[in-house]
Amino acid sequence: MTFPGSTEGLPLLSILIFAPLAVAAVAALIRSERGLRWWTLAGTTAIALFSLQLWTGFTAGTAAFQFVEHATWIPGLKINYTVGIDGISLLLVLLTTLISPLCVLCSWSYIKTRVHEFMLCLLVMETAMIGVFCALDSILFFVFWEAMLIPMALLIGVWGGPRKIYASLKFFIYTMAGSIFLLVALIALRLHTGTFCIPDLMGQQYDPAFQCWVFAAFFISFAIKVPMFPFHTWLPAAHVEAPTAGSVILASVLLKMGTYGFLRFCLPIVPYATHVFAPYVLWLSVIGILYGSFAALAQSDLKKLVAYSSVGHMGFATLGIFALNTSGIEGATLVMINHGVTTGALFIAVGIIYERLHSRELAAAAGLGRFMPVFTFFLGAFCLSSLAFPGTNSFIGEFLVLSGGFSVSLLLVACAVPGVVASAAYNLRMLQRIAFGGTHNPEHHDLKDLNFREIVTLAPLLVFVFWIGLHPQPFVNVMHASVQHLLAQVGAFPR
Amino acid sequence: MTFILNFLPELVLLVGALGLFVVALGESQQKFARTVALLVAFATIGAAAASLNQHADLFSGAYRVDQFSQLVKLVLAFGFACILLLSGDLPDIRAEVKPEYFLFLTLSVTGLVMLVSCVEIVSIVVALELSSFPLYLLVPMRRERAGHRSQMESAIKYIMFGVAANGIMFFGLSYLYGLTGTTHLFPLASRLAPVVHTPLAITGLGLAFCGLYYKLAIFPFHFWTPDVYQGASNETASLVASLPKVGAVAVLIRFVSLATPENPAVATMLIYLAVGSMFFGNLIALVQKDFKRMLGFSGIAHAGYALIGFVALDQAGFTAALYYITGYLFMILACFVVISRVSRDGANVAIEELAGLHRRSPLLAATLLVAVFALAGVPPFVGFMGKFSLLTAAYAQGHLALVVIAVVNSAIAVYYYLQVVRQAVFGESNPAAVAEPLILTWPTRGLCVVLIVGIVALGVAPGTVIDTIFHSLAFVHSGPATALLGR
Repeated sequence: MTFPGSTEGLPLLSILIFAPLAVAAVAALIRSERGLRWWTLAGTTAIALFSLQLWTGFTAGTAAFQFVEHATWIPGLKINYTVGIDGISLLLVLLTTLISPLCVLCSWSYIKTRVHEFMLCLLVMETAMIGVFCALDSILFFVFWEAMLIPMALLIGVWGGPRKIYASLKFFIYTMAGSIFLLVALIALRLHTGTFCIPDLMGQQYDPAFQCWVFAAFFISFAIKVPMFPFHTWLPAAHVEAPTAGSVILASVLLKMGTYGFLRFCLPIVPYATHVFAPYVLWLSVIGILYGSFAALAQSDLKKLVAYSSVGHMGFATLGIFALNTSGIEGATLVMINHGVTTGALFIAVGIIYERLHSRELAAAAGLGRFMPVFTFFLGAFCLSSLAFPGTNSFIGEFLVLSGGFSVSLLLVACAVPGVVASAAYNLRMLQRIAFGGTHNPEHHDLKDLNFREIVTLAPLLVFVFWIGLHPQPFVNVMHASVQHLLAQVGAFPR
Repeated sequence: MTFILNFLPELVLLVGALGLFVVALGESQQKFARTVALLVAFATIGAAAASLNQHADLFSGAYRVDQFSQLVKLVLAFGFACILLLSGDLPDIRAEVKPEYFLFLTLSVTGLVMLVSCVEIVSIVVALELSSFPLYLLVPMRRERAGHRSQMESAIKYIMFGVAANGIMFFGLSYLYGLTGTTHLFPLASRLAPVVHTPLAITGLGLAFCGLYYKLAIFPFHFWTPDVYQGASNETASLVASLPKVGAVAVLIRFVSLATPENPAVATMLIYLAVGSMFFGNLIALVQKDFKRMLGFSGIAHAGYALIGFVALDQAGFTAALYYITGYLFMILACFVVISRVSRDGANVAIEELAGLHRRSPLLAATLLVAVFALAGVPPFVGFMGKFSLLTAAYAQGHLALVVIAVVNSAIAVYYYLQVVRQAVFGESNPAAVAEPLILTWPTRGLCVVLIVGIVALGVAPGTVIDTIFHSLAFVHSGPATALLGR
C-alpha cells in the first residue's frame, strides 16, 4: 500500500523506537551504578523531549497515518518494516515516553541490586512499547508485542516481592497463551489478503464466519492484556509482586496495549464481528467495572487496591470502545491516557510509602499525613483523579464513556454506576486513612517527607491530571479525525 | 581441479579423519588431537564456504553437489566447530580414549556431510551408517561413575533402536526399488509419480522415512532420546542433539519431495507424527528434573514442529523446516555450552543446579536466557521466526487444526522453559546453589557471543537466509504456498 502521509526527512519514529536500545547499549558499558542511573535518566528524558516533535509535527485534521516509514524486512515471508501513527497511537506513544524517565526516577533508591540489568530491562521495554504503538505491519506489531514479555517477566521475577516467581510465571504464561491466538489470526488474515500490512487488512469484505473466528482470536489475546473481567487474575499477582517501576509500566502502558489492540485490529478489520460481539463485551466491561471497584474496596494491601482499581478503570475503556460511537471511543482513549497518568502516579505513591515503611498495608500507612504533608497533597490529588472528581482528568474520560454508553443502553450505564460510587468509596477510604487516620502510630515520627527526586517524579503526572482535566480539547483534537475514520470503518459494515 | 573444489569439504574431513587416526595410534595425545580436530573443523567451514556455489553430479550421478547440499554442509561444519569448542578437554571421557573420541566425532560429521549430497539410495544408506556408527561408539566412551554403567545402557538402547530403525528404512527402500527399478532419487521420483497413490508406494515411502525419524527423534521413534541424552557425556549429547537432526531434515527434504502435494496419505502420516511428537515431548518435558533429559523431550517436540514444514509438501514448507532446524542448532548448542560449563567434573546438570547462574557467570546466564526464550518461541529470536514460517506454510495448505495444535503446544512448552529461566536468572536462594564464580575461557566466551548473535540475527534479519534456502530448494516442485509467496 502507498501511504499518502509518507514524509521524507528524518525517520522520527525509527529513531524513537531504537533510541532506547542505543541508550541501553551505552549503559551496558558504564561501570558505576550512579553514572548508570544518571545516564539512563538523561537518555529517557532526551527521548521524551524528542518525542515532542511528533506532537508539534502532527497534523490533527486527517485520519491518515503520519510519519510513515516503509522498508522491506523479510521478503521471503512478505513481512515489512512499516511504522506510522495516527491520533490514537500518538497519545499512547507520548504517554510511553513520559512514563519511562519517571520509572527510572522512582527506582532510584528502590532498586539496589543488579542495577545494570534493571536499566537494560526498562530500556528494552521502552523500545518494545513504542514499537507496538507505531507498528503498521502486523508481524512487526506481534514481534514488539511479544518481545515485551521477556523484560517484563524479568522485572517481576528478579526485582519483585516475596511471591515474584509465581507472579512472573503466571504473567508470562497467561500473556503468551493469549497472544499465540493473535498470531494464528494474523496468519489467517495474511493468507486471506496476501498482506501483513495493517491498513491493508482494514476495509476488506471478509466472510462473516471468518470474521467471528478472527475476532475471537483477537479478543482472547487483547482481553487478557487489558485485562477484562474473567481474564484478569494475572494482574493483581503481577502488580503486587512487581517493583514500583514494573507496576507503573504495567499499569500505565502495558494494559493500554490490549485496548489499543481492540481499536487497531478488532474494530476496523472485523467490523461485522465487532457488531455481533459488542453487546457481550459491553456487559463484560460493566462486570469488570463493578468487580474491580468492589474488590478494591475490600483490599487492605495498597498495591492490591490500586491493582483492582485498574481492572475497574480498564472496564471503562472497553465500555467506551464497544459503545462504537464518537464520545465512547474518544472517552475510552482519554480513559487510557488518564489511567496511565493517575494509576501510574498512585503506584509511585504506594512505592514511596513502601520505601519508608517496608509495608504496603493500609493500616500501617494510617496517619502518614501528619508527617508527610507534601506527599499527602500529591496523594490527595491523584485519589481525586482516580475517583473521577470533576476538574481532574478521569472525569472527562469517564463522562465521555458513560455518555457514549448511554446512547447504547440506559440499563448498561445504570449497572455501571454502582462501580463509580464504589470507586469514590475506595479512593476516599484510602485517602482518609492515610491522611488523617490513626495519628498515634509511633514509628511514623521520624518519617521524611518527599525529597526533591520524588517531587520531580510525581509533579509531571500532576500537571497532566489538571491539564487534561481542565483543558482536554488539544488531546481530543488530535484523535478526533482518527476516531471518526475508525467509526466510518466500523459503520461501513451493515449490522 | 573443479572436482576437488566440488568435493572439498568431504576431502578435508576425510583427510582430517585419517590424520586423527594416525594421532590416535600414538601415545594418547589429547591436546594435540583436539587441535587437529579444531583445525579440521575450521578448514571444513572454509571449504564449505568456498564450494558454496558449486554445482556438479559426481560418481555417476549418485552424489549431487548443489546449493542446497553446500548450504547444509556449511551449517554442519559450523556446528562441528561449535561442538569441538564447547567440548573443551572432554572432562567426562575416559582418558585413554580421548584422541579416538575426536576421530569418531570427525567421522560422524563426515558421514553427515556426505549424507546431504547423496541422491542415490545405496549411498544414502552408506552415509547414514557412517554418521551413525561413530555416534554409537561415542556414547559409551563416558567414564563410569560410582559403579553405574548408565552410559553402556544408553549406548545399547541407542544402537538397538538405531539398527532397528535403519532395518525398517532399508525394507521400505527395497519397496521403492521394487516399484521403480532404480536407486537414483530423481528417476525414482518420476517413475514413482504415476503409482504414488498405491498402498505399496505409500508403505514404501512411510517405511523409508523411519530411519530419518529415528535421527530426528520423532514420536514413536524417540525412545532412545532421553536415555541417550542423560547417559552420554555432555559433549556427546550436544552432538547427538544437534547435527544429526540437521542432516536428517536435509535428507528428509530429498525424500519427502518424492511425494506430491496432491497425495494426502503422506501428509496425513506426517501430521499424526508431528502432533504425537509435539504433545509427547512437551507434556513429558514438564516434569523433568535433569536439564539434558528435559532438552531431550523438548527436542522431540521441536522435531514435531519441524515436521509441520514437511506437511505442506512444498518449497515454502521445506524452506521453513530447514530454517527452523538451523535455528534449532544454534539454540540447542547454546544450551549445551551452558550445560558443559556449569557441569561439575562432567556430571549431568539438574535444572536446580543452574540456580544463581547469573551471579556465577552473567555471560552464561545471558546465553541460557536467550537460548531458552528462543526455544520457547518468543520474538525477536529465531525460534519465533522459525515457528512463524512453519505455521504460515502449513496454514497455506489448509492445515488449520495442525496450526492450532502447534500453538497450543508452544504455550504448554513455555512452562518448562521458564523453570530454567527461574533457576538461572530469578536469583532464588537454593540449597543446591554453588556460589563460586565460573571463569570462562576466551574461546568459550567467543562461542557464547557467536551463538547469541546467531540466535538474534537469524530471528531479526532472516531475509537473506530464508531466500537462500528457498532458492536452493528449487529442485522441489512448487505448490500453492509457494505461489502465495509471490514467486
